[in-house]
Amino acid sequence: MTDSAEKNAVIKRVLTHVILLIVAFIMIVPFAWMILTALKTNQESISVNPFYIFPHNGWHWENFKTVWKSYNFVILYKNTILMIFFRVVCAVLTATMAGYALGRLNFRGKKLVVSLILIQMMVPGQIFIIPQYLMVSKLNMLNTTFGLVFPGLVTAFGTYLLKVGYEGLPKDLEEAASIDGCNIGQRFLRILMPLTKSSMVSLGIFTAVFAFKDLMWPMIVCTNASTTTLSAGLAKMQGQYGSEYPTMMAAATLAVLPMVIIYVIFQKQFVEGIATSGGKL
Amino acid sequence: MNKKKTAAQRSETRWAWLFVTPTLLGLIVLNFYPIFNTIYQSFCKTGDFGKGNKFVGLANYQAVLKASETWQSLWNTVKYALIEVPFGIIIALLLAVLLNKKIAGRSIYRTIFFLPMVCAPAAVAMVWKWLYNTQFGLLNNIFHTKISWISDPKIAWISIGVIGVWSIIGYNMVLFIGGLQEIPGDYYEAARIDGAGEIRQFFSITLPLLSPTTFFIVQTRIIGALTVFDLMFMVMDKTNVALKKVQSIVYLFYQYAFTNGNKGYGATLVVVLLVFIMIITVILQRAEKTLVYHN
Repeated sequence: MTDSAEKNAVIKRVLTHVILLIVAFIMIVPFAWMILTALKTNQESISVNPFYIFPHNGWHWENFKTVWKSYNFVILYKNTILMIFFRVVCAVLTATMAGYALGRLNFRGKKLVVSLILIQMMVPGQIFIIPQYLMVSKLNMLNTTFGLVFPGLVTAFGTYLLKVGYEGLPKDLEEAASIDGCNIGQRFLRILMPLTKSSMVSLGIFTAVFAFKDLMWPMIVCTNASTTTLSAGLAKMQGQYGSEYPTMMAAATLAVLPMVIIYVIFQKQFVEGIATSGGKL
Repeated sequence: MNKKKTAAQRSETRWAWLFVTPTLLGLIVLNFYPIFNTIYQSFCKTGDFGKGNKFVGLANYQAVLKASETWQSLWNTVKYALIEVPFGIIIALLLAVLLNKKIAGRSIYRTIFFLPMVCAPAAVAMVWKWLYNTQFGLLNNIFHTKISWISDPKIAWISIGVIGVWSIIGYNMVLFIGGLQEIPGDYYEAARIDGAGEIRQFFSITLPLLSPTTFFIVQTRIIGALTVFDLMFMVMDKTNVALKKVQSIVYLFYQYAFTNGNKGYGATLVVVLLVFIMIITVILQRAEKTLVYHN
């Protein structure tokens, strides 16, 4: 009796791992193929008979160097990092302030502001794009970092996330602080804000990853290869050199690698920032 | 006493507005003015070289609603959603249930499944396009097939949907794991004492108690899928014969508004999308009451 139960448990465990391994394999294959292709020569990559899975004539690591130089990845990285940096700073700063006011303070007009935030989160983002583009264009800010950052100066989602974070803090924090003679600004800076650090980190990561993934906006406002981001830069490269497969795969690898490395190091925060914070709303 | 209270209240209001104003101003300039401006532009014809708007009434709407390509793109978008949403959710739920147990390598599996979430869709789509390549691609060469994965109109939409599913299962899975962990363990304990097997437990405990999470994912993924753009843009070349059967409504919007410079027509397409999404949202809200199990 217990013997067969044990047997069952083992079978179940094995089956579980088989399913998980199959899915893991499917998830890995595109990445593996990207890197393997990046290490081949042009000729190898389009050889069908024989078909090479692994690079046949040595691993051409120099492909990365060539791509790095010829497509000016330094500039693409710089533009992307600047965009991410300013978007994260703007989002965290404005959302923390507004989130505190909406989560902890009472004032007339609060309900209106909250409903504006909820409406913004409900409508598809594409509806903002044409007027946002025209504004950037009128300000003569096309092909600038400001243009890239522009739609991310404030964040409805982030404000809501921080509002929920502030609401979750215990009520008596403020009372203790106001007895100590702190005004509202001091209470915010010294006592409450430090307690929402995890929400701020989540929002920062969320903002960074989605800024990094965005394709349409950088393609619209930064049409020059020297002012655009990694995502939009890849789109440009594909248009020009789409059939040089090792080159394209090396470029794709260079574009995703930094974020993947940061993700693997800070997994817990990433998963929380991207998924869990979305799930809380 | 009373006066003091009002002074404190006044100070609170001042601080609150100081903190809220940047966000409020930003929302007005970046989001609310654009909503009205987009709607206004949908009634205008963009002048030559993108200069000057001429009011044309409903002309754009007539043109958009008459064009078969609008309806085809809307249908393409729905078809994409019909693959991405159900498959992305069912596979994710299965993985979440498996990973919610104590098994070896749990966090490694999670890391791998979540990986596409931190990758730029532009890069992901490029890699899949290469995998799908008819002549030199990995898929056809491994399986010894000659399938035109992305240029046969009959299957291209499925191939694009597969990329969507592959990209999203990790995200859905993490949300499901979060939901599963909130189900109290004694429910399963009680069921086991009553002699319910694992499959029975899944259907009578897990599924109903997980339904708020499931509903949240369904809702956000439907909206997300209906605004798909990157995959179509990166995978489908302009010369691809299957493009018309695959391009999404946002793809069409991008082409008209920014490639052809016809902002009025593009604005109209996006208003149509807005209305479509609003209808779906209302339907979903209605469905929520009957489908979601409330404790």
